[in-house]
Amino acid sequence: MKSGSNLEKVILSGKPAVTAELGPPMSADPHEVVEKAHKLRGWCDAANITDCQTAVVRISSIAAAVIALREGLEPVMQMTCRDRNRIAMQADLLGAAALGLKNCLCIAGDHQKFSSAGRLKGHPGAKNVYDVDTCQLVGIMKKMRDESLQEGGDKIEVPPKFFIGASWTPMGDPMDFRPYNLKKKVDAGADFIQTQGIYDVVTFRSQMEKARNLGLHERTAILGGIIVPRSAMMLKYMDASVAGVTVPKALIDRMTKAKEAAGDDKKMARELQEAEGLKITVELIQQILDIPGVKGVHIQAIEWESAVEGIVKAAGLYPRPTFPAE
Amino acid sequence: MIVGQQKPFDEIWEMVRGFKKVLVFGCNTCVAISHAGGGKEAEILASMLRMKATQEGLDMQVDNAAIERHCEPEFFEPMMEKVRSYDLVLSTACGVGVNFLADRIGDIPVYPGVNTSFYGAVPKAGFFVELCGGCGNCILHLTGGICPVVRCSKSLMNGPCGGTDKGKCEVSKEIDCAWYLIVERMKKLGTIEQLYTIQPPRNWSTGTHGGPRRLVYEHIMELEEEKKG
Repeated sequence: MKSGSNLEKVILSGKPAVTAELGPPMSADPHEVVEKAHKLRGWCDAANITDCQTAVVRISSIAAAVIALREGLEPVMQMTCRDRNRIAMQADLLGAAALGLKNCLCIAGDHQKFSSAGRLKGHPGAKNVYDVDTCQLVGIMKKMRDESLQEGGDKIEVPPKFFIGASWTPMGDPMDFRPYNLKKKVDAGADFIQTQGIYDVVTFRSQMEKARNLGLHERTAILGGIIVPRSAMMLKYMDASVAGVTVPKALIDRMTKAKEAAGDDKKMARELQEAEGLKITVELIQQILDIPGVKGVHIQAIEWESAVEGIVKAAGLYPRPTFPAE
Repeated sequence: MIVGQQKPFDEIWEMVRGFKKVLVFGCNTCVAISHAGGGKEAEILASMLRMKATQEGLDMQVDNAAIERHCEPEFFEPMMEKVRSYDLVLSTACGVGVNFLADRIGDIPVYPGVNTSFYGAVPKAGFFVELCGGCGNCILHLTGGICPVVRCSKSLMNGPCGGTDKGKCEVSKEIDCAWYLIVERMKKLGTIEQLYTIQPPRNWSTGTHGGPRRLVYEHIMELEEEKKG
């Protein structure tokens, strides 16, 4: 056991793992984190706590992760390369481990110009860091854990024991390089991988075949990412504007049909689309878990955490495995 | 070359309006090519400042001059006496020129008329692109001649990230994804397998993160001393 985290135990058990996502608020009020944690706990094995996603200031991932942990939800803290140099990263990793965190996902982070796709002011004039990239951060975390050494070579008396994660955009450009991009993260030491949201299962299946040919499915646990669709508009937006995400026309058509069935009734249109979105999600989960080499799913119900319970039950993934306390 | 862009006129005017005798001092090398601060641009800027002073009823003398390069003493030493006769030098050289002159001129202020933008090239007239970050530790042999330090918005050494969309960067559809270019070029060169190896964390101290940089060739300095006798 590398970290002893619940997520690691589930993966080692061979049962499909379920992770979810919790976005911290743009506020110093902890209650939103507490409420979201209550909606998610019990329905997933761990939940990612995003790190200033969309380049907007929010409660820090580590702080929100500790709040979630106190509420009985195992967190996957996230660490972007955008905001910290290797000194701050390692200091935060020591601190996070000291506070009881056991999973960490390494990501490049949305560029500071993103500012929530222009919906918020953000900080487009900020200076970014990118001292190290995701691959290098994974390697640093592994070196700390397995060799008790800092990146610079200084000894660590009590090393931080993280279950190390990285993201993968299997359908991003240039697509033929993406399996190798994954291989580098696995070579660096990624214990688990969460993919970008998948709607195009056919293309994902072929990318997974390439990953299997490189033997990567045996060296890391790949969790297929699912962004729960809520409306036809959301699917169209993601297809057009989110890098590495393509949405098959058939799914957009299904959602459009659900919307149109409500006529002019806006409330009903929302309800019908949400119901269809949940059906699509459950189907995607089943299709993705059927792909050889996939070890679980990462369900992102953005600002819709209450949906996770029903999805997990409908997908036959409940109850979640439990383990006796050590 | 160093690419620069002239500062907005209103910003320049706010800098210079309190001075009686101003020299707009151009540099005829890099910033002349980027239409920012050569002799021609210095002349136009000086005449705009004179007009503005007249409009505002201010008694101001604004002259202009230019030399070949602001970054080597031999070019501006012959001009120093004239330059020192002004209350203010508004330099339209790059930041190197402004600093170099400020270090030598004595008690006269030297203000920048140009924003020094980047090290770049001119693919076509009127179009300048940044191609080098001056990081002091070149790895272009590992990346197909395409610089990830400055052409990737996140300076990734093991790219691409998840933000690549149809070969463009997440920062703007106007920006090519450097890692997309690197992968495609290295496929053509038959060297794509080099990219399967992880690049370790970089030593950034050769760049601006190691404090101000110097380069010393002692043998050349000695030869110069000998020549002077």
